[in-house]
Amino acid sequence: MGALRSLEKLDRRWIFLVVGLLVLFPLLWPLDLPLYVSPPVQAYHDAIAELPDGCTVLVSCDYDPASRPELVPMTETTLRQLFDKRCKVVATVLWNGGAGLVDQVLRGVGEEKQRVYGVDYINLGYKAGNEAVMVLMGQGIASAFPRDNSGLPTRGFPIMREVRDYSSFPLLVSISAGYPGTKEYVQQVQGRFHIPMVAGVTAVSAPEFYPYLQTGQLRGMLGGMAGAAEYEKLRREKGTATQGMDAQSMAHVFIALCIVLGNVVQWTRRRRDAA
Amino acid sequence: MKREFPLFVTAAVGLFMILSFFVPHQAVSVPADFLQQSAVIVVAFGYVLGGANVLRVNFDGIYRRRPDWPYKLVLAGSLLATLAIGAIEGRGFQSEGTRFMWIYDQVYSPMSATMFALLAFFIASAAFRAFRIRTLEAGLLALAAMLVMLGRVPIGNAWTQWLPEPVRLQGIQEWIMDIPQNAAKRAILIGAALGVMATGLRVILGIERSYLSGED
Repeated sequence: MGALRSLEKLDRRWIFLVVGLLVLFPLLWPLDLPLYVSPPVQAYHDAIAELPDGCTVLVSCDYDPASRPELVPMTETTLRQLFDKRCKVVATVLWNGGAGLVDQVLRGVGEEKQRVYGVDYINLGYKAGNEAVMVLMGQGIASAFPRDNSGLPTRGFPIMREVRDYSSFPLLVSISAGYPGTKEYVQQVQGRFHIPMVAGVTAVSAPEFYPYLQTGQLRGMLGGMAGAAEYEKLRREKGTATQGMDAQSMAHVFIALCIVLGNVVQWTRRRRDAA
Repeated sequence: MKREFPLFVTAAVGLFMILSFFVPHQAVSVPADFLQQSAVIVVAFGYVLGGANVLRVNFDGIYRRRPDWPYKLVLAGSLLATLAIGAIEGRGFQSEGTRFMWIYDQVYSPMSATMFALLAFFIASAAFRAFRIRTLEAGLLALAAMLVMLGRVPIGNAWTQWLPEPVRLQGIQEWIMDIPQNAAKRAILIGAALGVMATGLRVILGIERSYLSGED
């Protein structure tokens, strides 16, 4: 009872310290907990695996550095799978803070897979306008993005010779952290232009997309770091998402424990006050 | 006329954009494309307006020496410095190795990630202090939250690996997400879509006028 009483006045900095240590230790000493691949992740992987070799895919990376731990690993693995199939990648960004990060990710994986900028992949950069840009791309990708992320004319790149509008892509990959992102692509593009689509989203927004998965509007989905880690497992890669899952496991267990403990403390206090 | 003309323009453009969804003929699609491009330009100007407003509000706070004025000074100074450096770099300001990208990599990116990472600490603290189970509904919510939280991470599977597949945490989590969660989410989506349609119709018909001057 004494321990529970002391918990009533627990300084929240102790909680912060425990969370910090629980996240830090598995990152330094991995636990290698077993991963299980869920059906939406398997479907995401299969949708890309079934693409014809050498096709051009639109990858919309709508996030900023805040979502880096969740969305960058899945972007990297997606790009690796596409490049391994010799697919070309046209990347766009609808978040104003994301263009620089997406450029680094694209160039990093491009270098790793020895792909040439402008021939095998291109970063069209950021464009303001949210849903209006999505619809505008349906009338012409190059007219919606006349210049790439570095300010060079888009039409001058060899990759853009084969690209007209959404009909040029057999698949749209939307990796997003919120608005504008996957939901708007489903509503404005998938519904209107009937382009097959898969999505990678943050864990907090993943429940929002289950109705679209069930209707087939999304062929597959990666939800948060867990989805990215499962995808890495399917691709036999050991990236930052897999490393992060041990830390996330510890944090989730601790939060569940906090809910239980917080209620036990509250319950005993109410009983004591009533007596 | 001062009110009627904007209402007429809104109704005409709204109806025209709905028409363009169903009629792919050039007579409709070309003006619709122009309107879409105009919308993109208007949004871009929104950023200019937003930036100017941030400066106005913060300069006012600095001038009046409000309690948090040093922070406002840092914000306004950073905004102007980033803007100036980006403008000096020219069109390729986002290319590798520019000063603008140095600011992005070394300042914006880590600060943005740090702000989001703090969430983990506050969620844990809130779980201990605020997640109170006082009713049956709150109990069900807490139970579902814990099952999903543990089922989404490998440790939950490691703990229940000895159980038959449907009753492992992973299986229970998938069932919660696919069935009850999905049903509730779909209902919310349908409700929201009907609300958006009703609001759109109210705007086109001129019933909803709050966007003009705050009038209902």
